[in-house]
Amino acid sequence: MRRIITATVHNRSGVLNRVTGLLAKRQFNIESISVGRTETEGVSKMTFVVDVEDERKLEQLSKQLNKQIDVIKVSDITDKQIVARELAMIKVLTTPQQRGELQAIIEPFRATIIDVSKESMTVQITGDSDKVDALIELLRPYGLKELARTGVTAFTRGQQRQQTEMKPYSILN
Amino acid sequence: MRASAEPKPTTDTKPIVKTGADLLVEALIDQKVETIFGYPGGAVLPIYDALYRAEGSFDHVLPRHEQGGIHAAEGYARVSRKPTVVIGTSGPGATNLITGIADAMMDSLPLVVFTGQVAKSVIGTDAFQESDVMGITTPITKHNYQVQDLEDLPRIVNEAFHIASTGRPGPVVVDIPKDISATVYEKDVQSEFHLPGYQPTIKPNPLQINKLREALLIAKKPVVLTGAGILHAGGSEALKQFVENYDVPVTSTLLGLGAFPGDHHRFLGMAGMHGTYAANMALYECDLLINIGGRFDDRLTGNLKHFAPNARVAHIDIDPAEIGKNVPTEIPIVSDAKRAIDKLNELEPAALDHQEWMEKLENNKQNYPLWHNESEDVILPQYLLRKVHQFTKGEAVVTTDVGQHQMWAAQYYTFNRPDRWVTSGGLGTMGFGFPAAIGAQIAAKDSTVVAIVGDGGFQMTMQEMSLLQERGLPVKILIVNNQALGMVRQWQEKFYDERYSHSIIETQPDFVKLAEAYGLHGYKMESVQEIDEKLDAILNNDKPAIIDCRVVQLENVYPMIAPGKGSHEMIGVMKP
Ligand SMILES: Cc1ncc(C[n+]2csc(CCOP(=O)(O)OP(=O)(O)O)c2C)c(N)n1
Repeated sequence: MRRIITATVHNRSGVLNRVTGLLAKRQFNIESISVGRTETEGVSKMTFVVDVEDERKLEQLSKQLNKQIDVIKVSDITDKQIVARELAMIKVLTTPQQRGELQAIIEPFRATIIDVSKESMTVQITGDSDKVDALIELLRPYGLKELARTGVTAFTRGQQRQQTEMKPYSILN
Repeated sequence: MRASAEPKPTTDTKPIVKTGADLLVEALIDQKVETIFGYPGGAVLPIYDALYRAEGSFDHVLPRHEQGGIHAAEGYARVSRKPTVVIGTSGPGATNLITGIADAMMDSLPLVVFTGQVAKSVIGTDAFQESDVMGITTPITKHNYQVQDLEDLPRIVNEAFHIASTGRPGPVVVDIPKDISATVYEKDVQSEFHLPGYQPTIKPNPLQINKLREALLIAKKPVVLTGAGILHAGGSEALKQFVENYDVPVTSTLLGLGAFPGDHHRFLGMAGMHGTYAANMALYECDLLINIGGRFDDRLTGNLKHFAPNARVAHIDIDPAEIGKNVPTEIPIVSDAKRAIDKLNELEPAALDHQEWMEKLENNKQNYPLWHNESEDVILPQYLLRKVHQFTKGEAVVTTDVGQHQMWAAQYYTFNRPDRWVTSGGLGTMGFGFPAAIGAQIAAKDSTVVAIVGDGGFQMTMQEMSLLQERGLPVKILIVNNQALGMVRQWQEKFYDERYSHSIIETQPDFVKLAEAYGLHGYKMESVQEIDEKLDAILNNDKPAIIDCRVVQLENVYPMIAPGKGSHEMIGVMKP
């Protein structure tokens, strides 16, 4: 199952290494990681998209992350109301004649062209991963010269539908 | 700009010049450190200079190899239950510590390891004796730091001690660039800390405690498994009370030995790969398994598919990540082991309805005890271990290396008291046993300390004999000498058709002469008669000794759960 996990961490040197090393050592399958500062000085937020086999493995992941001294809070926000975004830049092969056609393709995605050269064009798109995937597939037939994605970063929405918090640890007080 | 309100100190005496290293030393004194296991080198010269200035503040133990030093620190930590300081220089000093750090991580030992680092200005340039200590130690430490700023040093030291010794104990590395320890500082620095991401849960959830008790009251076949968590928590007395309140049978992991008295009539013996039949069958057949402070290591469980197949599992552990990691757990209790047992003991004791089960276990104990070959002439290793127990009245601190002798020690040296058993369980580190005995002897000055080692493992760290010579530490080194890497040989015999590939080592030093070269007494024993007549006196005097006991080469450790098998599929349960 694909889960979106966020972790707020102390922004100390080595924390990224510790967290990614831990995920590798315990054989968690990471699709993407994005890291950035937050509104609080010294605190960063990591967003992981992981593919885990089952609930037990997911629980291990959360516990192992929580165990790290510099990890302040871990949340699985997959089942919450969230806004998740990723940014991708796609360099597509284009002849000048095809530019109009491509413009029409990217338009509904609200993507923008940020660079144009004789034989290529770079498109920037932001959105959830499915939307990014969809655009990439549409552009693929033209020939993808280069592709870079930031990985997902996500927030819970300001307002949540009534639902229980992430499976609480009844074992913790 | 406002002028400082603080009046400038007007004193004629020259201010005492202090460096970062002095700050470190002061922090160690604040932490009440008595013993340091360290080895100097370029990047820690400022620290060693500060130690020189602080002469008399610590007992500094200088091993002859950093690995020996850190294993000694582990022995000290295990026996004293105190966070223990290790110092090594950058580069090779730090890398020589790695095995010990990994070992302490696996066995939850509270070490605070200071490594020197090249100066900040050259970090990352492959400077002389630079190694990426942070990178190397991240996966094998509970936490690690590189000090970036002198002003952080006292806080980091305090955090390191706190983290190493609270919650689930473990090693913390503090990497200190040389320029930081050499910098002269003047102003006062902060040493308070706040760790919002680290708040170990030490008190059990009362609801879970009640659930456990309810499960216990309806269980027909309960069993308690003791792990080292009880020892770290000092929970042995409480455990004994609990066991007697409910009259439940007890088994133990390798590292949990001594948490419950080995000679107690409710003790089934150790469980796991070389555990007793009674213990392993109890785990297999129980309907309630109460694991207190163990982590369901694969050497304990055997094939997980067959582990406690009919049991409800309750697991008390201070580390939530251990609960449910290997074995699905119905009653999870995150807590310090002692506090959880205390809470259980506060509830009214009750009689359980488990008569049949207790009889069955008793029968197993009687009918399938540990067995070994016997001889009136040559020395059987099991016999030797029983004699060691007898001559030390079961009171010695016993450390072991890794291999057959370790398993025989676990089986035959019955531990009746906590914190007397020091062995490398999780990592299985050869070379651990003898240096660990040095640390144990320093921590337990008046105890008899016996290092039970194989001829293979002893040769990995035997240079530390210098420490016995230097300090007159009365450690007894008992070499269970089968002229083989016995445990490897046993596996080759059983699982590789006796193809003894590089596991028989007949060329050995003359251990008696070696002892003499270090100014120690060396003895060689080749017969039962010699053991019976001489060993007692050697173990019970106040001098160090090296006892080279020639034992039967082809003995195997039994019973055994073969790799991949379940705990009910033991081999070698009965004498053929
Ligand atoms: C550092 C290290 N290297 C290799 C091993 C693998 N190993 C496990 S037991 C063993 C044999 C140990 O032989 P010895 O010390 O003579 O003890 P014995 O088994 O004969 O009692 C070996 C090589 C290990 N545990 N640790």
